[in-house]
Amino acid sequence: MNRDEIVSGSWWWLEAGDLDRLFGELTRTGHRVVGPQVADGAVVYRDLSGACDLPHGWLDEQDGGSYRLQYDPSAGTFDHVVGPHSLKNFLFPPRETIARFTRTDGSWEQQPTADPGPPLAVIGVRACDLEALRIQDRVFMGGDHVDPAYAARRERLFVVAVNCRRAAATCFCHSMGCGPAVRQSFDLALTEHTTDGRARFACEVGSDQGAAMLRAACELLAACSADEVTTARRMPEDLGRQMHERETIPGAPRPRSLDTEGIRDLLFDNLEHPRWEEVATRCLSCTNCTLVCPTCFCASVTEVADLSGDDVSRERHWQSCFALDHARMHGQSVRNSTASRYRQWLTHKLAGWIDQFGSSGCTGCGRCITWCPVGIDITQEVAAIRQTPAGGAKGALP
Amino acid sequence: MISPAATATPIDTDPWRAYPARILRIRPEVPGVRTYELAFKDVAVGVAYQFAAGQFNMLYLPGIGEAAISISSDTVATAALGHTVRAVGNVTDALARLVVGDELLVRGPYGRPWPVAELAGRHVVVVGGGLGLASQRAAIYEFARHRDRYRSVTILHGAKTPADLFYTTEYAAWQAAGIDVRPTVDAPDPNWSGAVGLVTDLLAGLAIEPERSSMLCCGPDPMMNAVARAALGVGIGLADVHVSLERNMACAVRHCGLCQFGPAFVCQDGPVFPYDRIARFLAVPHL
Repeated sequence: MNRDEIVSGSWWWLEAGDLDRLFGELTRTGHRVVGPQVADGAVVYRDLSGACDLPHGWLDEQDGGSYRLQYDPSAGTFDHVVGPHSLKNFLFPPRETIARFTRTDGSWEQQPTADPGPPLAVIGVRACDLEALRIQDRVFMGGDHVDPAYAARRERLFVVAVNCRRAAATCFCHSMGCGPAVRQSFDLALTEHTTDGRARFACEVGSDQGAAMLRAACELLAACSADEVTTARRMPEDLGRQMHERETIPGAPRPRSLDTEGIRDLLFDNLEHPRWEEVATRCLSCTNCTLVCPTCFCASVTEVADLSGDDVSRERHWQSCFALDHARMHGQSVRNSTASRYRQWLTHKLAGWIDQFGSSGCTGCGRCITWCPVGIDITQEVAAIRQTPAGGAKGALP
Repeated sequence: MISPAATATPIDTDPWRAYPARILRIRPEVPGVRTYELAFKDVAVGVAYQFAAGQFNMLYLPGIGEAAISISSDTVATAALGHTVRAVGNVTDALARLVVGDELLVRGPYGRPWPVAELAGRHVVVVGGGLGLASQRAAIYEFARHRDRYRSVTILHGAKTPADLFYTTEYAAWQAAGIDVRPTVDAPDPNWSGAVGLVTDLLAGLAIEPERSSMLCCGPDPMMNAVARAALGVGIGLADVHVSLERNMACAVRHCGLCQFGPAFVCQDGPVFPYDRIARFLAVPHL
């Protein structure tokens, strides 16, 4: 192997041991390496000490309000799909100091905020979460104002993506046009192959940074042949086709899909649809859906002062449109009912987002369905409105 | 900070950067409402700072919080930035305890301003309900200064009682500049000789050509809806009715998501909107 051949766009075979070499090189170059691990009954993102921490053989069965791990010795390293965590937890952390002020003799002075920390490498990122990354990039970096903390972390992010071989019933990335095949926004992308119980990975190099890391990490790599690249590419594409054709099997979770045709106008034309009141009888307004959503970006700022009151930090923390504080004005919430708050969540995610950022705010990851304690299903709510559009106050004057 | 043309040209790359300012004067307006005139401590910041009528600042009291307050002073007098504030919450209550010489922090200005220049050649009707007039005062100063550019300028200002009318000491100057100032109250006192009733009642009596008229309206949402209906009633198109909305806000830079109203971010797409663009959303309760 000629190391100079490892360039963006090339494909290489990684053996199980090569993953450890890659993680080692990422660590050596100062990265905090985070990847999927089994903890607390779920696959979550945690700091990895090595490939042995990865959830080999674990499968997740997901349905509305339900997430169960099952061990299957024949399953691969990345045959689970998405857990409750996403890149959002790291790039837009749940709590962060965004400004700090100190007072001397009655005068306030702004202090620099903390160093953004080591660069982050995330292993096992799926196509839906890469779409979420692009969406959050537009939120925090795509407008007139750039969030400096997000940008600092984003610019140094190293992504090792994974092509899904399997979909959960809650997955509907195929409907949102962003998966399951990984196509962009990665440094390295792995497609797992299991032969005689032995795992190896076809690795696509997606960036110069990815190429440099792989060159430095691995001594001897076999190049994927053209046929092997075709085979590797076909795996997630076949899964995507299967997802379009999935049918409900009695006794198994219902496979999800979402009809996005004209969805913006459908929702904005049905702002007073009776379904909002109906879903409100089930919705607990618990905020789980917005917390696990990889694109939800609402935030509040809390003042945190020391005892003297002379040293004040401004802490930004995740906010949710299901919380009364979200739309509080003059001591009252504008959205004072669960129906109005659910409507805000759904119409923002699937309709308003298109006006605001030029794309849907949904990637079809299915987390909001799985982690809803009562199993409310975003795809079903849209389908219900589509089935009986009531029409809204189209241009009517208030 | 953004220029009067509302094109963002941040003078600092950190949207959370706030600049110390000192309270120069505190002017009582109506019960519970004061105007705070602020000057940046750093002269260079004060010189660089420009705003357009209808924009707002985030006023920050460390340890208490931030509030979005529209700038109520003249755009050409940035050495003393006016903020007319009613004490109704955490931050505004704390602001009410400050005295001249105290310091707070300011970031801004933010938001889409009133379309002051675009209204040249038209009848302008400013409709302000109560404190709503604060967001319009900078525009009124511009109309007064360039009165000849407009066909007519009328201010319809509604308040509960005569004691609740805003900026009454300035009416004479505005009238002298050729502005028709028409206050109206819900509950007159024995000395009141002006109009009684809603601002919408005054609209029909104006000598304006509706197709050449534009409105700038700021007040509670139900009032703005009533004004838009009344405007339509006298033949003013809804695209020519501009309203200024108020929503909860933590960042003012389109990042926090709290100020969403339908597909709009009030902080960036507003606070000033042409009414026709948001009518369908204002029609929906609790949106």
